[in-house]
Amino acid sequence: MNMNVATAVDEAPPLLSIQNLSKGFAGVRALDDVSFSIRKGEIHALLGENGAGKSTFIKVLTGVYSRDAGQILFEGEAFHANNSGHAQSLGVSTVYQEVNLIPTMTVTENLTLLNQPRRFGLISPRKAEQRAREMLERVGLNIDPSEQLDHFSIAVQQLIAIARALGTKAKLLILDEPTASLDADEVSRLFELMTELKAQGISIIFVTHFLDQVYRISDRITVLRNGQYVDTYNTAELPQSELIRAMVGKSLDELSKDTGAESRAVQDTLFAIDQYGKQRCLEPVDLTVARGEIVGLAGMLGSGRTELCNLIFGVDSVDSGEMTLAGQSQSIRSPKQAIDAGMAYCPEDRKVDGIVAELSVRENMILALQAKRGWLRPIPMAEQKAMVEEMIDRLSIKTPNMNKPIGELSGGNQQKVILARWLLTHPQLLLLDEPTRGIDVGAHHDIIEIMNELCEQGMSLLVASSELEELVVFAHRVAIMKDRRKVKELTGSEISQQSIVAAIAQ
Amino acid sequence: MMNLKGLSINPKIWGPILSLVAIIVIMGIIDPGFVRIEFKDGRFYGSLIDVLVRATPTAIIALGMAVVIGTRGIDLSVGSVVAICGAVAAMLITETDLSFASVMVLSLAAGGVIGMLNGIMVSYIGIQPIIATLILMVSGRGIAQLITGGRSVSFDSVAMDIIGSGMFLAIPVRIWIAAGLLLLTILVMRKTAIGLFIESVGANARASRYVGIEARLFKMFAYVFSGICAALAGVILIADVGIAEINRLGLWLELDAILAVVLAGGSLNGGRIYLGLTIIGALIIQTLTTIIFSSGVPVEYNLIVKASIILAVLLVQSPTTQAAIKDLNMKRKGVRT
Repeated sequence: MNMNVATAVDEAPPLLSIQNLSKGFAGVRALDDVSFSIRKGEIHALLGENGAGKSTFIKVLTGVYSRDAGQILFEGEAFHANNSGHAQSLGVSTVYQEVNLIPTMTVTENLTLLNQPRRFGLISPRKAEQRAREMLERVGLNIDPSEQLDHFSIAVQQLIAIARALGTKAKLLILDEPTASLDADEVSRLFELMTELKAQGISIIFVTHFLDQVYRISDRITVLRNGQYVDTYNTAELPQSELIRAMVGKSLDELSKDTGAESRAVQDTLFAIDQYGKQRCLEPVDLTVARGEIVGLAGMLGSGRTELCNLIFGVDSVDSGEMTLAGQSQSIRSPKQAIDAGMAYCPEDRKVDGIVAELSVRENMILALQAKRGWLRPIPMAEQKAMVEEMIDRLSIKTPNMNKPIGELSGGNQQKVILARWLLTHPQLLLLDEPTRGIDVGAHHDIIEIMNELCEQGMSLLVASSELEELVVFAHRVAIMKDRRKVKELTGSEISQQSIVAAIAQ
Repeated sequence: MMNLKGLSINPKIWGPILSLVAIIVIMGIIDPGFVRIEFKDGRFYGSLIDVLVRATPTAIIALGMAVVIGTRGIDLSVGSVVAICGAVAAMLITETDLSFASVMVLSLAAGGVIGMLNGIMVSYIGIQPIIATLILMVSGRGIAQLITGGRSVSFDSVAMDIIGSGMFLAIPVRIWIAAGLLLLTILVMRKTAIGLFIESVGANARASRYVGIEARLFKMFAYVFSGICAALAGVILIADVGIAEINRLGLWLELDAILAVVLAGGSLNGGRIYLGLTIIGALIIQTLTTIIFSSGVPVEYNLIVKASIILAVLLVQSPTTQAAIKDLNMKRKGVRT
């Protein structure tokens, strides 16, 4: 069916066509020679992994960033937006993932904020409300516009944001991860609206990480990778495995079939979760980790890897499922409980959730152990220094001295300090989320070494990573996540980049 | 760049210290009498001694404020707590037969309880610190007046006279009290893990949660401590004059205390706590106040002059100025090599 639609509009000139668009930041090419086109009344998915350039693309298109090179034609004419407001007045509107409405204002105020209907130079509330009702009608919302925005659910707020973006003259709507915080029913409702808008001749660029949704709603798909244009496909003609290969950047044949770590013969289960999940966050997951085992969590961006780690560590609370650790049933509701139970967690966003930038390397390193001991039992300074020195040595952390504020260290060394922080607590289960992201090659290698060493010593590790080549090397078992579900588990010799990609594509 | 090999001294500490020294040196040049200290009848006399004596209440309150600001909070209620606890102490002395020790304990406990109320509002109910403590800042003086029945309470107590103007080893007793409190605070903050946890929570609340620090408990501690400090300052202030004048007692002290913390390099965004420097900050403020009062500048210029000098000190310490100075230095070196 999609194919018919696609061929039917094939002859019409594109609504928007972009040629050879480039944008660099301080020497890094965020967008390199990207081309793109969208037809009238088309839903076009824009896909790519972290750093692929999707958000830069949108920002250059809508004038948030200026372009270095390239041409944008909109309805056949050169298009040059100065900012997103200007882009909107030209007919290109964006709805960002984080709804950028004002929660404490009424729906009417939010909808008419930038375009107040006036009467004798004063705002006319009656006209404003009437206009708001008309805008809401377009997105099929029947709500009282005089109510405060934050009285409505996120899903409704999302629709209100779309109503505002549509305004009166939007021809191209960009939806940046609109479904990230919606449940299944709400997604269906959004898709109905998108189909409706499409029928009205509005074109939609749909950015998402949920591959199944791409297949449900989009006509065509454009894939970006490392700032470069990969290709554009008709959705109906593209098998999912091909799509994932396009996103990952290697064809199945190129992907290594090498299998890394041998599976452990003795499976002495340390940690198990049973139907662990949370609504809108993660479908219930079963998972076990044996003593001395490294279990990898694979999946594309947004697949639920981080969500699972956060739930296990109590950063977020589950609403279903059971957990056992070392034979004891656990009810983890906070990181403190998780730590007391013998867990440790290096979160993905090191700067925000990991380091305390202005405290010293020493203080950062002892923080978790000290928190575990409580405030009344301070670690004597001599002991602290000995511990920290040993760790600096063991993990080869490069710092002039242990009193240097951690914020002044390189990313790789910061990561090692955070790792050391947790090793000092002697955890039974260590959770690592993207342990090697954004760090230099040397530190990268060191961290993999350390992980293997810990596992030799009998520690259990659960490692979420988007770097397949790396997962394959160290993981004894890999759980594959997709669209916030666990879809498959691979063990020992089954693990290869090929098999992981194939499992994601299924 | 200052190069302090192997020493773990933060170069930031020199800002407040040099500021204080500069102010005193300049005053000493203008008026040598200002820096003269005499020893007569077993005690020291001089403007600088006067500064030390008068700075103690502000310094004591500022210690509590420093801890609260470290948690990324603020305590606007300290001025009112001074009034309430001053009133409590005065009433207990005049209306009851309690021993002096009991009076002290009860007065300080009153401050602790008020601090606990602030702490509950901030850390358990989640009200923003500035609002939570503003409530008591506004209502506290009224509460103090209710306690005394709206009058000023004068009292006669030997023990209070000793606190107000007594001497021990030729040094005023209140300076011993302030010094003792500073020492005790440093011990509690640095010899337990409380200081580390408060700084961690203040600097990065999210990361602190991930390592299992119970932020609420330590925020609570900070407000209780601040309440007790304010209570102690209240007792010293009424002991000084032998009368609890409720409508003026502790008025605007919260601002001086916040300024002292900021002058010491504390950030209102939470994080590092500088206890010793906070005392220096309080001394800077009191030195300025004393200079203005003794210099014959018309009273109406008082606060303006003080504000201008404080602005100058803060400008010198601001990251932007520091970066500019660094830049200039680099350029100068660049030209030479």
